[in-house]
Amino acid sequence: MDVELRDIHKTFGAVHANVGINLKVPAGTIQGILGENGAGKSTVMKVLSGFIRADKGEILLDGRVVSIHSPADAIRQGIGMLHQDPLDFPPLRIIENFILGRPGSLFPNRTAAIRDFKRLADQFGFQIDPESYVDSLTVGERQQLEILRLLWLGARILIFDEPTTGISASQKENLFAALRLLAGQGKTILFVSHKLEDVEGLCHRIAVLRQGYLVGETQPPYQIEKLVEMMFGRIISLDGRNPCGGGEASLSLRNLSVEDYRLKVQNVSLDMCCGEVIGLAGMEGSGQGLFLRSVAGLLRSVGGRILLKSKDLTGRSYHVFKSHGVAFLPAARLEEGLAAGFNLTEHFVLAEEAHGFFINWEKSKELAQKRIADFNIHGTPISTVESLSGGNQQRALLALLREPLNLLLLEHPTRGLDIESTIYIWSKLKERCRQGTSILFISSDLEEILQYSDRVMVFFSGRVTPPQEAIGMTSEMLGQLIGGKGWPEPKSGKSI
Amino acid sequence: MKKNSWVNVAFQSGALILAFLISTLLLVAAGAPPFKAYAAILKGAFGSVNNLEYVLLSWSPLLLTTAGVLITFSAGMWNIGVEGQMTLGAIFTTWILRLLQDSSLPPGLIIFLGILAGVIGGAFWAGLAGALKTFGGVNEIFGGLGLNFVSTALTIYLVFGPWKRPGVGSMSGTQPFDRTLWLQGFPNMELSPWALGLSILVVVLVYFLLRGTHFGLRLKAVGKNMKAAYLMGVPTWQYSMFAFLLCGAFVGLAGAIQVTAVYHRLLPNISGGYGFLGLLVAMLINYQAIWAAPVAFFFAILNTGSIQLQIVYKLASSFSGVLQSLLVLLVLLGEGMRQRLLKKL
Repeated sequence: MDVELRDIHKTFGAVHANVGINLKVPAGTIQGILGENGAGKSTVMKVLSGFIRADKGEILLDGRVVSIHSPADAIRQGIGMLHQDPLDFPPLRIIENFILGRPGSLFPNRTAAIRDFKRLADQFGFQIDPESYVDSLTVGERQQLEILRLLWLGARILIFDEPTTGISASQKENLFAALRLLAGQGKTILFVSHKLEDVEGLCHRIAVLRQGYLVGETQPPYQIEKLVEMMFGRIISLDGRNPCGGGEASLSLRNLSVEDYRLKVQNVSLDMCCGEVIGLAGMEGSGQGLFLRSVAGLLRSVGGRILLKSKDLTGRSYHVFKSHGVAFLPAARLEEGLAAGFNLTEHFVLAEEAHGFFINWEKSKELAQKRIADFNIHGTPISTVESLSGGNQQRALLALLREPLNLLLLEHPTRGLDIESTIYIWSKLKERCRQGTSILFISSDLEEILQYSDRVMVFFSGRVTPPQEAIGMTSEMLGQLIGGKGWPEPKSGKSI
Repeated sequence: MKKNSWVNVAFQSGALILAFLISTLLLVAAGAPPFKAYAAILKGAFGSVNNLEYVLLSWSPLLLTTAGVLITFSAGMWNIGVEGQMTLGAIFTTWILRLLQDSSLPPGLIIFLGILAGVIGGAFWAGLAGALKTFGGVNEIFGGLGLNFVSTALTIYLVFGPWKRPGVGSMSGTQPFDRTLWLQGFPNMELSPWALGLSILVVVLVYFLLRGTHFGLRLKAVGKNMKAAYLMGVPTWQYSMFAFLLCGAFVGLAGAIQVTAVYHRLLPNISGGYGFLGLLVAMLINYQAIWAAPVAFFFAILNTGSIQLQIVYKLASSFSGVLQSLLVLLVLLGEGMRQRLLKKL
């Protein structure tokens, strides 16, 4: 189906999120929508998929003007959207999720639904058991479920909002193959992303948004510099590495073992020097999350010792680790890191050491103002954290950290952020390193791992490589290890 | 921002007007001339010094229960168990007064110890609900509800069992205490300056606690996002427990006041619904402590004034309850509608 957007305008308060967007996408095309965070990509896609209504403008399907008032309207017209966070019901079975959005009788025909599900899944080579539960799926599989569901509902235009966030390299390959197949069937794909390499390798055409405007459209062959310039209005170059300083070990692990109900990470030993950065690579759920949380004291280890500046902290709680200069920044910023409903000032007061019983709000506001300026947060001392964009939330989390720190543990520090924010976040992190803070971070972005780590550890279903120098490693080597290739045979016949 | 606050005011006034209209219709349906009925409520509340005294007698425990649940609400918990906590406060107070009434201690000291016991009793019962929640994973709504039933049963058992009046136990409660053990009232009044003073003090305390202290901010952080609060260094379960204990102490104080200043004995249903009413007030003011005193006062007016309806128009005095619930429901509804509208804009 051909899609055309004509002169779409949308404002949120003072923010003009979309300014006169015009875009035409013929059927069978994979159209990339590129732009940094807050450029207006999601807004225009939400307008198309009925989640929000434009202030002005028209949507045409196959040349016919349509009015879309709700997501249900949109899917009736054949428009389906996959959100960044899958909109599913984890406690339900997959097939139940599949049936849920379907209008129809009180008693859905389960057998027929399962048959349809399997037929669709086979088409794309997706291997999901319709009778298993949604919470047992990976993010990538949940995407697959959502694709199948939308197709079953009759979607002919599929919108993907940052679909490669949080999925592994091989899942990404599967996704891209499915998208190419869909385009081949004449479906229209709108692919929203801020990752250049994703859109570059996949999309037939790219439209770039910046600050609410559609600033340009291009076709292959793409020139990366030109795309970057369109996205940011200028050219940005990446920072170089910051070599390790040496000296006393900041963190030492001795045969650390940690496990949960499905995974064991065993006998990890490590010595980190002050100011060193170690990247933890691996598919989501390969054990790096368990490992990082146990080093933070958030998860009790089952064996081995954790020493911080030669002080044994094994078995102590996170608050004890914290008092020894350890900080943990979670990936789920709004779920675990920040308190929605509180403004920035209140966060800074909470994070600082309390002096006295009463809060000096005047002084706290000044402190907030200063940190906001220091960390280039787009917000005011009375902005609530949920009103900030993802990049600004991450900056706020960094701004909340106390000085000085011995060890900083980060889960996906730049997930969902645009290049400019990513570079900014890392410049702040490297500043910490120069002051002697060691950093352990998880990322599913191989480029990020290779770019910013001094050493790298790779996780694969609970197994861990010893830390290796990042210099000389390539993303191909990393990718193979992450995918389970090139590992020595397990010594014992133990299978996980 | 400014525009939003006007929208807020518009919605809240709309809700109030609607509540007023519906109650008027109800009055008409019940066969009472509505405006005369409202006048009767006002007269019942302010018609004489005596009536005003009853308003204040009702205001004082309501202030305490509202203050208490504001603390637990701030920590993100629905302390449905307030009724039971107030009852336990009354039981503990009665217990100490009975224990010491024949001793040679000065009456003032006995009353003080009795009230202190009530505070501890309330905190103890709330602590149970808190411990069930924190260590047992029992939702505080279920725990509190269960403990409410236990407290009622315990009161009935005491009134008809070990603490029954000489001769036969009755629903009118235990044997009243000697006048020397009554909390001193204003001249010729039941209303005690101590009770009133303490209640106001507690509300002011809670207001400043929640607004301007590190303790209050951490408590609210626990309520808003427990995981984030923990990562920011707040000892979360300790704060949850403390919120329960503090709420229980305030509510227990309300129970102690009902025994020492109002009824001078333990009776079944001594909490008199003030616990649930406190929850209603807290919801109505959207957990903003600054509004606790005036709104609780308004509720006390309705409580007291509507007794007139029964006398003059033979309407059930529970009409005040209908009016209060209508108010809360419609204000919450208005808030819900407002949020939907703002989302659309």
